[in-house]
Amino acid sequence: MEFNPKIVAFLCNWCSYTGADLAGTSRMEYKANVRAIRVMCSGRIEPTFVLRAFTQGADGVLICGCHPGDCHYQEGNYRCLRRYLLLQKYIEQMGIETQRLKLEWISASEGKQFAELVNSFTETIRDLGPCKIKEIVNVLT
Amino acid sequence: MEQTKPKLKLAVYWAAACGGCCVSVLDVHEKLFDVIAAADLVFWPIALDIKYKDVEEMPDNYIDITLFNGAVRNSENEHMARLLRKKSKILLAYGSCSHLGGIPGLANFSTKEDIFRRVFEECESVVNNNNSKPLPEYEVPEGILELPVFYNDVRSLAQVVDVDYYLPGCPPQTDRFLEVFTAIVTGAELPPKGAVIGASVKAQCDECVRKKSEDKRIKKFYRPWEINDDGETCFMEQGVLCMGPATRAGCGYRCIKGNAPCRGCYGPSSDTTDPGAKMMSAIASIIDEKEPEDIKRVIDDVVDPAGTFYRFSLPTSLIRRKMS
Repeated sequence: MEFNPKIVAFLCNWCSYTGADLAGTSRMEYKANVRAIRVMCSGRIEPTFVLRAFTQGADGVLICGCHPGDCHYQEGNYRCLRRYLLLQKYIEQMGIETQRLKLEWISASEGKQFAELVNSFTETIRDLGPCKIKEIVNVLT
Repeated sequence: MEQTKPKLKLAVYWAAACGGCCVSVLDVHEKLFDVIAAADLVFWPIALDIKYKDVEEMPDNYIDITLFNGAVRNSENEHMARLLRKKSKILLAYGSCSHLGGIPGLANFSTKEDIFRRVFEECESVVNNNNSKPLPEYEVPEGILELPVFYNDVRSLAQVVDVDYYLPGCPPQTDRFLEVFTAIVTGAELPPKGAVIGASVKAQCDECVRKKSEDKRIKKFYRPWEINDDGETCFMEQGVLCMGPATRAGCGYRCIKGNAPCRGCYGPSSDTTDPGAKMMSAIASIIDEKEPEDIKRVIDDVVDPAGTFYRFSLPTSLIRRKMS
């Protein structure tokens, strides 16, 4: 059976979710592998959310927020960026491919960019293959 | 201590542990007389000559309280965990290793093969010309010799058997143990099963005595020996990594009072799922940089995030082990 990646996308309410919405209302087609989760701000995305997504079977996690300087709450996206860079360093130490976690800035008008991002990220994860975290965590339980 | 119940039967066992937890029980000093007035010690390998087979012969639920310290690293540890669970009314995970995996849990950064290769082949002080490795069974003329099976993963006690209570710490503060012990002996109402006892529900920072400001901004992280600590200001504000934000209070701040940052042995506070994730959140909030390159430069100072944030809790963290 062909590997169909499961991807969890955390999208901020003000820019990225609206951008994803624009892709939809503009009838753009993109890969259906992404499960979108709307959060009020990319600064709300705790590292726990990302790690838990992986342990529950996500093959990739996508984080999208407003472009730097555009955050609805002034600097939530900078917090997100710093958490993301720390997470990247951590998951690399844990032997998890860093490409499985991606941060991109998507504005409310970037529906096309969102569709392209989802397609390219899905391909990246498809090439990487299934993520082993869930399996290993289950064996240990 | 006034006693309302018949004399208790107390057992203390060490699995993958350093012995510090057993010593912390001995640290009750002269209160030991109160302890043994209230309880008979029926099994305690560090102090008493009672064999495993004696424990096996005890009826089920014979022991009132077992203080189980140490992680589960091999088949012997697992056997004793299951045995003591069966023989004990209350099984208490005593100390960081049985609570969270502890320092032995850091071995989950390696595999069994890595460890055996390092210890029996590569280690500078080892001469092992026939490349021998420990085998679980070995036949000699007199019969078969057995060794415990070394597992690939270190697990906490609760990942192997049902645990009633957790008493955290590396080692637990003896005063906290005495409080818990006194509560059991005097028949005080016990907390709900699964509770972390002998510790606070809050984080270290909530109770820490060091001076904190609301505006923490860090442009560089330091190792403790790189700064001239003023003895008063929050370690994080001075740029020294301190596990306080992600750690349960209740230890009495012995490290902080000794001018050393918290290492996180009491485990995550009650509202924290994963101590490392919490620390990443906390650190991300105080780094005073906005450009990716500058942020990366600051993060470079955090040399070993996984080992630092999960020093005592790797096996019970969300990711649990290094993927191989």
